[in-house]
Amino acid sequence: MSNTFTRKFTPSKVGLAVAAPLAAAFFSILVSSLAVIASKKSPVEAFKAMWEYGTEAGSLMEIVNTATPYYIAAIAIAVTFRAGLFNIGVEGQLRLGALFSCYIGAMFVLPPVLHVAVVFIIAMTFGGLWAAIAAYLKVKRGVNEVISTIMLNALAGGLSAYLLSKHFAVVEEGSNNLQTKELPASAQIPDLMPLLRKIGIEDQPGGGVYGMFFVAVALGLIFWFVVNRTRFGFELRASGLNPIAARVSGVNSKRMTFLALVISGAIAGLSGLPTVLGETHTYNLGFRAGIGFSAIAVALLGRNSAGGMAISALLFGFLEVSSRALELIDIAPETYVIMQGSILLSSVVAYEVVRRFKLTLQSKELAKVVQA
Amino acid sequence: MSVAVELRHITKRFPGVIANKDVSIKVESGTVHALVGENGAGKSTVMKILYGMQRPDSGEILVNGKEVHFKNPNDAIDSGIGMVHQHFMLADNFTVLENIILGSEPKHGATIDFAAARTKIVEMATQYGLEINPDVLVEELGVGQRQRVEILKVLFRGANILIFDEPTAVLVPQEVDDLFKALEGLRAQGMAVIFISHKLDEVLRVADEVTVVRQGSTVAEVKSKDVTARELAELMVGSELPKPSTLGHTRREEVTLALKSVSIPAAGSRDLISNITFNLHAGEVVGIAGVEGNGQAELVEAIMGLREYTGSIEFQGSSIDSLSVAHRHDLGIGLIPEDRQRQSLMMTSPLWENRILGHQRSKPVMRGFVIDKKATIESTRTIMQEFDVRAPGPDTLAAALSGGNQQKFIVGREMSKAPALLVASHPTRGVDVGAQGAIWDVLRKAREKGMAIVLISADLEELIGMSDRLLVMLRGTITAELDPAKTTPEQLGSAMTGAA
Repeated sequence: MSNTFTRKFTPSKVGLAVAAPLAAAFFSILVSSLAVIASKKSPVEAFKAMWEYGTEAGSLMEIVNTATPYYIAAIAIAVTFRAGLFNIGVEGQLRLGALFSCYIGAMFVLPPVLHVAVVFIIAMTFGGLWAAIAAYLKVKRGVNEVISTIMLNALAGGLSAYLLSKHFAVVEEGSNNLQTKELPASAQIPDLMPLLRKIGIEDQPGGGVYGMFFVAVALGLIFWFVVNRTRFGFELRASGLNPIAARVSGVNSKRMTFLALVISGAIAGLSGLPTVLGETHTYNLGFRAGIGFSAIAVALLGRNSAGGMAISALLFGFLEVSSRALELIDIAPETYVIMQGSILLSSVVAYEVVRRFKLTLQSKELAKVVQA
Repeated sequence: MSVAVELRHITKRFPGVIANKDVSIKVESGTVHALVGENGAGKSTVMKILYGMQRPDSGEILVNGKEVHFKNPNDAIDSGIGMVHQHFMLADNFTVLENIILGSEPKHGATIDFAAARTKIVEMATQYGLEINPDVLVEELGVGQRQRVEILKVLFRGANILIFDEPTAVLVPQEVDDLFKALEGLRAQGMAVIFISHKLDEVLRVADEVTVVRQGSTVAEVKSKDVTARELAELMVGSELPKPSTLGHTRREEVTLALKSVSIPAAGSRDLISNITFNLHAGEVVGIAGVEGNGQAELVEAIMGLREYTGSIEFQGSSIDSLSVAHRHDLGIGLIPEDRQRQSLMMTSPLWENRILGHQRSKPVMRGFVIDKKATIESTRTIMQEFDVRAPGPDTLAAALSGGNQQKFIVGREMSKAPALLVASHPTRGVDVGAQGAIWDVLRKAREKGMAIVLISADLEELIGMSDRLLVMLRGTITAELDPAKTTPEQLGSAMTGAA
């Protein structure tokens, strides 16, 4: 094999690969333990309760359902991170994507798969269009995308509330919840229980896994392939790693900026759909807020890689769901926010330390080669 | 006269390279001491060590006879060392006064004592001959006056040892005269001035003593009245260097590159380059000589399509004016950019990924729209062997390589597509003697095979030795065309400064 040289795994390389996550895990357990101790409880008991609750079949399904939108939204953010940009506007993009796809999608009936595809396209279009405003401002006017997307979030919040209450909502007898017309069955995505039953998993109270899970997995694979293996992905990464060198070597940086933001917005548009298409079948006032912000942490923790973000999305889902067990033993469930925060912080530090260590190691290796 | 600052046997290593080896400099109060050397000779490392930006691996620094250990520039400032940077660090929307006191504001209780600051600044300005109105906004000032503000800023912080990093690079001749007058003023007041430059005529004009740095070491310390520019140049270059030279005429009939009245207008000042016209034939090397910052970088950007220009550029007989950067690369124009790390490497990526950069639209690294990783790694390995890039393998990060090896890799990468035209900016800057010879070899062979080369360099011997024709650029225009066979570095040097 000609690749044996490059594929060689020395013990130190393997050690380095696991050193960062281990160090991060250790540190975050330490910090969260301190938080639990501060509320005069035993950390061991708290972790045990979380683990037991979090690994129940019903909780596991819920964890996957929580992680699915996080993952899709994190991919959206990673697209921009890889290009050296930062789309903070995922929250607004996914909200508008969900609102419009519910509103427009409920206007007609189409064959099942086609209808879902149309709903996807609507969500991506509106998410992408919303991001295109920031992209236009960045490319044509030099407006920093961080600022414009933050402001567009605020706008999206107000706009969606206005549109829902004044134009899109249907009034239902005996309810004061504002919601769009329910999506016809052809636009709904069935949950995966029939499939899970076949492999011997039983129904759980309140359980079921969103069908969008598969979409998230597919998106992850596409993201990996496009970013790591295609010209577009290479130019995207080059723009992020060294924008000047990218330009000198023929990457059209404005086009790349525009595309990265719009694609990010389109993917963000999809991330509001798992709950809508799998559970509520309508956009209502109870639409979950904050996915777009948690996803920033998920993308950071997952180092913008497809696999890493999958793990971190599941981890965030696990912490969120299992933290409910803390209430049972009288600890504030919000402790999980401390856990998420400390994991993120310590992993950022740990990865940087390992990165520097790696560089030193390579320099030493190099010195040997040069002397030889 | 007392010794203000002294460096003794300073050595500084970076991974894979030695930036400074046994550097010793002694600067006396009330003198202007020039530090000269080629680009990449280690001048800037010396300066960074003296200013506390980097710590030496061994050696001593003495300020006013006492040994000091700087952890950061603040320590250096506290010892009375100040630096006037080449690129100004001023807030445009602040007044001169505000800029000068920024960061070391005189306090009056909880408020800034502007009155005291003003008195001190006016006093300093007259004392050193640096007159300036303290109340105008910096954005209204010209380059020379901004530099004056920088100098006052350093003096305001109590510096009596001033480092000037290539201070004339950004100035027009009139401003250079003013600066030199100011330096006289500083000298008269007993300051120690360290003047870093590679413009020898200026050095001889202003400096009392000159220390020459070559390949990381100080090789000579001379009194400026005892040397000529030519002798200094010889000291800078050294005599043991491989000779850049080309043999015979390989120039062919067909014109590879034709520029017709190419200009880059700039808002509010003279054109960055103006009315550049020349033809370059296949198998010919045209050398662009000029003091850095006289339009060479902009000329490269125009040829590569990185900047908008007026006029027209033809490549192999057809206009490329409307073509994108990518398209020009693909037609067969190769580029060795002047700043390898900033313009042509992804430092945190492995070499094989860097192999793709600039070639991401063609074989062998691409199969359609998909990266052919195996072929890329193979090609990277070939480049590493052919160009003697010293690194463990294609997986090594670009950042781990020494500057010379990075440069060899970039040259190899560009040559791998066998370009019809190579735009080479400082192709051997900062590389060791062996690598320099190897790169010249590559260019020579490619020239024989019909490649046309636009060679931009600050190394006059390289220009004279490698070029078939020399064009001298001054303030954005071509001011002379010289025959390298009949030109000495001295003549070329004076043509570059417009003296001849």
